[in-house]
Amino acid sequence: MNSPADNAPLLDVRNLRVQYRARGRGPAGPRAAAVDGVSFSLAAGESLGLVGESGSGKSSIARALLRLIPATGTAVFQGRDLLQLHGAALRAAREHIQIVFQDPLGALDPRMTVAELVAEPLLEFRSAQSRQHRELVLAMLTRTGLGPELAARYPHQLSGGQAQRVGLARALILRPQLLVCDEPVAALDVSIRSQIANLLCDMRSELGLALLFIAHDLATVRFLCDRVLVLFGGRLIEEAPRDALYGAPQHPYTRALLAANPLPDPARPPQPPVPAPAVARDAALRESPATRAGCAYRERCPLAVARCAQEAPALRRVGASLVSCHRAGE
Amino acid sequence: MADSPAPLLQLRSLGVSYGRGIEELRAVDTLDLDLAGRECLGVVGESGSGKTQLLLALLGLNGPAARLSGSIRYRGMELVGASSAQLASIRGRRIALVSQDPMSALNPYLRIATQLTEGARRHLQLGRRAALARAAELLALVQIDAPSERLRCYPHELSGGMRQRVTIAMALMCDPEILLLDEPTTALDVTVQAHVLELLRAVRARTGVATLMVTHDLGALASMANRVAVMYGGRLVELASAQQLYTAPRHPYTAGLLRSLPRLDQPLPARLPVIGGQPPDLADLPKGCAFSPRCPLVHARCASSPQLRAFPDGHLLACHYEGTPSQVAGAWT
Repeated sequence: MNSPADNAPLLDVRNLRVQYRARGRGPAGPRAAAVDGVSFSLAAGESLGLVGESGSGKSSIARALLRLIPATGTAVFQGRDLLQLHGAALRAAREHIQIVFQDPLGALDPRMTVAELVAEPLLEFRSAQSRQHRELVLAMLTRTGLGPELAARYPHQLSGGQAQRVGLARALILRPQLLVCDEPVAALDVSIRSQIANLLCDMRSELGLALLFIAHDLATVRFLCDRVLVLFGGRLIEEAPRDALYGAPQHPYTRALLAANPLPDPARPPQPPVPAPAVARDAALRESPATRAGCAYRERCPLAVARCAQEAPALRRVGASLVSCHRAGE
Repeated sequence: MADSPAPLLQLRSLGVSYGRGIEELRAVDTLDLDLAGRECLGVVGESGSGKTQLLLALLGLNGPAARLSGSIRYRGMELVGASSAQLASIRGRRIALVSQDPMSALNPYLRIATQLTEGARRHLQLGRRAALARAAELLALVQIDAPSERLRCYPHELSGGMRQRVTIAMALMCDPEILLLDEPTTALDVTVQAHVLELLRAVRARTGVATLMVTHDLGALASMANRVAVMYGGRLVELASAQQLYTAPRHPYTAGLLRSLPRLDQPLPARLPVIGGQPPDLADLPKGCAFSPRCPLVHARCASSPQLRAFPDGHLLACHYEGTPSQVAGAWT
């Protein structure tokens, strides 16, 4: 796509931090980092998966990039730092970055028809040429698998899968360069998830979209993403191209995630990692990871040694992965 | 297992409907199902399949707008039309529920001890001390460390996985004969989910509690169920041993569902296999077989509702198609 310089990534995120205030401690209270210095980049047209459990910071990253929550660090998109933009410049950038949410119905205004919902971004960002808009809207509805008979319906008259198609049509009508998807299939029926995943895959290649795909479903991420980031406790613990991550995971947490994934096969039950996580996320968060010495995963890690409690592992290359683990590659 | 002389739970022509006349909506339609002692029966379905209404019917909790018909017999006692006092004496005591979201199943204002002991004090007339001892015993059973300390906690002080362990312990407090699991791992992270499934298997092995697990997650169910029932549009469309259902499904819907799951243990396809169309709208069900608009094997005869028929091995199927499981699988490719 039209990136400012060849080879420059579409999005370059450096040292992103998102902090939340600990509850009930007032404005001067201690802060907890939900995202703790995460860096990654995304090429035009590339599809990047973000996986991790609740509290890993994956949704906070998406929200920070869209400026829905405050964050520090830099996130350079088309040569401009998204985190420094204000007013008209921020609004202009948003035309090129769109998001699809997990709850398809919750993301749609119940008082607007499908056609109005899909046309709304055009009215916001493009000059009012209603006839052209109508054609664009109808073409996008058809492209996302919504028949023209659905154009006059309201969100409550749609199934979950149809509502998510509307969410996608709305996000794509401006032909953005980056589409952020926050668990877009998790709330859908099983028989519909694959439909939406295939549609995302098609739209991506058709529009040359870059995709930031956040999910906890490792199988869907494998299907849709070229590269995968694994997050734990707000930090990046492994980054690898798809085949490397699924074929030769380096971090013990990545391995645990893959082994715990249930297969539809009675002969092969999922393998729970040892030991069970015992402490509430809230309690763990109260202590900021930055002030915590050592590796955040060590209490759950079967490979932990004394060093893991003393020294936080830095990201380093092992095999095809970037991994933060003292014991990776042994 | 289905043939054992007296199943614990026997459902015959169970119906749950809302509205009347042409407005009538049948959430569960003439359902026959047995639950035998010690077994784990899985019920799989998506939106509008009737799986949640089935669960509510077993607890007598469908609400005043619902009309129940047919029969639910628990040890010979009829639950359809039973008085609320009768139902209350069974609910939580003989038939207990673990719900999907542990945070909404637990009262945030009450300590774990209070919530765990409430049922046992009411149903078993245990004193405070005896109930607390029982609660600590059950927290140990669900593998929670330092149970007496945890009893003093509030729900927010526990992790999601631990909360779900607490709700499992709560369901087991009165030593029920039947455990109902409503999507017990859907709200949990995948690693925690694996722990909770393992725990449920261990609890079942130890207590032998008969279990009915309702879910849309065929992956999570695979390691739990002895038999699996598949529901679609309020009806039972297939019932078989887990082994058979997962390896040789006979209903085109079951076969399509299994094949549409993206799998980590298989080569990456260029496109994910799909079932086209939308889940059925109960207010506007197609004539005849509800799955026919999405079915690759659809035929003129599908305009009439297929009756449930049994194969010699006990496999039950509601589909007009006469072919083998491999022909059914072939229809999707």
